[in-house]
Amino acid sequence: MTPPSDPTLARPASPAELFFTFNRLALQGFGGVLAVAQRELVERKRWLARDQFVEMLAISQVLPGPNIVNLSLMLGDRFFGLRGALAALAGMLLVPLFIVIGLTVAYGEFSRIAVVSGALRGMGAVAAGLIVSTAIKLSGSLATNRLGLPLSVAFALVTFVLIGLLHWPLTWVVPGLGVVAVALAWWRLAP
Amino acid sequence: MSSLSAVFASPLSAGELFGLFAQFLVLSLLAVGGVITTAPGMHRYVAIEHHWITDAQFTASIAIAQAAPGPNVLFVAVIGWNVAGPLGALATMSGILLPSTALSLFTSRWGAKRRETRGMRAFTTGLTPITIGLLIATGWVLAQPYLADRGHAAGALALMAISIVVMVKTRLSPMWLVGLGAIVGGAGWA
Repeated sequence: MTPPSDPTLARPASPAELFFTFNRLALQGFGGVLAVAQRELVERKRWLARDQFVEMLAISQVLPGPNIVNLSLMLGDRFFGLRGALAALAGMLLVPLFIVIGLTVAYGEFSRIAVVSGALRGMGAVAAGLIVSTAIKLSGSLATNRLGLPLSVAFALVTFVLIGLLHWPLTWVVPGLGVVAVALAWWRLAP
Repeated sequence: MSSLSAVFASPLSAGELFGLFAQFLVLSLLAVGGVITTAPGMHRYVAIEHHWITDAQFTASIAIAQAAPGPNVLFVAVIGWNVAGPLGALATMSGILLPSTALSLFTSRWGAKRRETRGMRAFTTGLTPITIGLLIATGWVLAQPYLADRGHAAGALALMAISIVVMVKTRLSPMWLVGLGAIVGGAGWA
């Protein structure tokens, strides 16, 4: 696959590096991996530029299946083909799978202790903040979006209102707004 | 939770396990915008139609996966485990991952060859703002149960605000914030 052309970007040395990087970021991801993935892949490893990350995320979000898993598959595939995709997938899922099953077995023992349920609440609140912070960081890409700043901010806001506040089903909102936004972008990108 | 004894006491028949696998195979293709959006479909199949687990076990399965490190999709493995032990987890996880994995790889290769075409650029340009709107909505929805609890809302809001500022302004690993959340929450302040 085409490697990123930006000369300031790096690339993984081997599928093993993909495995360990995704394992590392999965193990840091409490309440979801997205915030950590952005930090590791864009800011620390520099395998993707911010705009490439948000583009890949956009594609993995309209594809069915777990977003962050789709993103890891695509990134692995881009660097090392199928081997890379499987290395990234295994890194993302293998160790966390054993941990979560272990927790499931232990859950019955500890769930009634107030400190444990309180700690889970605190971690949940942080997880919500992490998602919002990722949105804020990625929103910088709206400034260079070819739709223009006012239109792209409007699309982001309408999506937030319909999904977050009005609880409309995603299966309607994303294709519905998506068709309009892509059509407008097609028109703006006219040569 | 009777997950361990379930492995030995009431394993599903091979046909039931295949049904479970097939159900998650279909749900995988419907999971646009994240697997959590198909949780109502899973609940219907394992708790309402087949009575393999209770409502409370279903909800607890999601909560445990959120508290553990790793991608949220792991809640699917916990549901499978609670239904039928290791084989159940294998059935649900492979069901939910196979179709979407194949489709992702195909789309990624197909798209990579066409990255510079007007159609592909219009596609990613148009969907980027919607992706960002979805992220804000996800954060908002996740925060609701914490903010609705009057006694702890101030602490939860402070934790969220600190997390946002630290993530935007510094390069600190989010793990420290999650640790802070565990301490503040464990002390009863959030």
